[in-house]
Amino acid sequence: MLAKRIIPCLDVTAGRVVKGVSFVELRDAGDPVEIAKRYDDQGADELTFLDITASSDDRGIIFRIIEQVAEQVFIPLTVGGGVREVGDVRNLLNAGADKVSINTSAVTNPQLVADASARYGSQCIVVAIDAKQVAAGKWEVFTHGGRKATGLDAVEWAKKMQTLGAGEILLTSMDQDGQKKGFDLALTRAVTDALEIPVIASGGVGNLQHLADGVKIGGADAVLAASIFHFGEYTVQQAKQYMAKQGIEVRL
Amino acid sequence: MVDIAVVDYGMGNLRSVQQAVRKVAPGANVIVTGEPDVIASAARVVFPGQGAAPDCMREIRARHLDRVIAGVVGEGKPFLGICMGLQVLFEHSDEGDTACLGMFQGPVKRFASGLHDAQGNKLKVPHMGWNQVHHGDHPLWAGIPQDARFYFVHSYHVQPSDAGLVQATSDYPQPFVCAVARDNLFAVQFHPEKSAAAGLQLLQNFVNWNPL
Repeated sequence: MLAKRIIPCLDVTAGRVVKGVSFVELRDAGDPVEIAKRYDDQGADELTFLDITASSDDRGIIFRIIEQVAEQVFIPLTVGGGVREVGDVRNLLNAGADKVSINTSAVTNPQLVADASARYGSQCIVVAIDAKQVAAGKWEVFTHGGRKATGLDAVEWAKKMQTLGAGEILLTSMDQDGQKKGFDLALTRAVTDALEIPVIASGGVGNLQHLADGVKIGGADAVLAASIFHFGEYTVQQAKQYMAKQGIEVRL
Repeated sequence: MVDIAVVDYGMGNLRSVQQAVRKVAPGANVIVTGEPDVIASAARVVFPGQGAAPDCMREIRARHLDRVIAGVVGEGKPFLGICMGLQVLFEHSDEGDTACLGMFQGPVKRFASGLHDAQGNKLKVPHMGWNQVHHGDHPLWAGIPQDARFYFVHSYHVQPSDAGLVQATSDYPQPFVCAVARDNLFAVQFHPEKSAAAGLQLLQNFVNWNPL
């Protein structure tokens, strides 16, 4: 049986892994290559790197990090942040990424998703959606690291991205991100039920039950978390054991 | 002297494949190449591929790699197909109604949509993630536990006419073929280069394999 995936997320800036609360207040978590190796040893199913560097001067750093990780870690690597054109997708794949995550540019230029998936295949195009609840059962897409409202409905937007060729959706609840109160399960369920492609739940994990709930209640195909792993609260292996005890299929 | 050629026809990220092969064969000359002469001269050939079948077949033909592949396989050199490098060895893919290389008889079909797992959740297409592989006793499975998990990402799967070629199956939710072999030819649907220890073991076995 196909396993539900556990994906540690590494937010990278200036060559370091950091973690914030609701997209602000960054805290240093360590060296990305060392952290990536540790999670691989713990049995992570994939790794996601988000380059949250504000200045374009430092963009080269993420390439060197991905190259180093890809030489040592033989599980899928997703890289996002600052992807604006098909050439950016190509460069990240060449550096060793297996999938590229597109967020803001998918909104400003949806054709990028179509072009990139046509060129490199849907399997390597992840569309990241940052969503905020605006009414009961309704969520809006935000871009630019959560700073800019788009007026787009998150569920409808996810469906459009699937149609354009996204292979997977990385769905982050801005309301929950960094709060450690669990995923927005209603959002996760609404998006996963609307799609044929896999959905990664993100934003808000504070304990292992939150991961299990993302799969069992939210219906997510994969669950992403950062701070519970970075700061040593739990290992990936502990998370998997915990989920397995609740009858969730995982790779142990 | 090229020990292992990773065939480049412009489809997908071959660096991962190259790095994983280098990891298990540190002394070998492992190169990524689309040059027919270089591929033909290699002792072993890895044939990966990602993307859509029509694009893959168009690139293979445009670069005259169909003849090179047939030649390498005909000479008895160890040959490993990965993902799209498995599918295009069959006769025909429903993806874009594409005629393929026809080295194995049978079609390539899409997973049905609208299926559900035992918990009532929708089974997504593409089939993406780590699934269990039920394998036979081919030398490339040496040291790999039964039902070991490998990383898959695909929407289509092969249906060999000859059941005797099947070297492994997986389930989504019905059993589907995820490895075939004949003589010096071995091909898998999953990505050994992204399947951690089990994947590296399979690549190690390929590097050590002397089929004839």
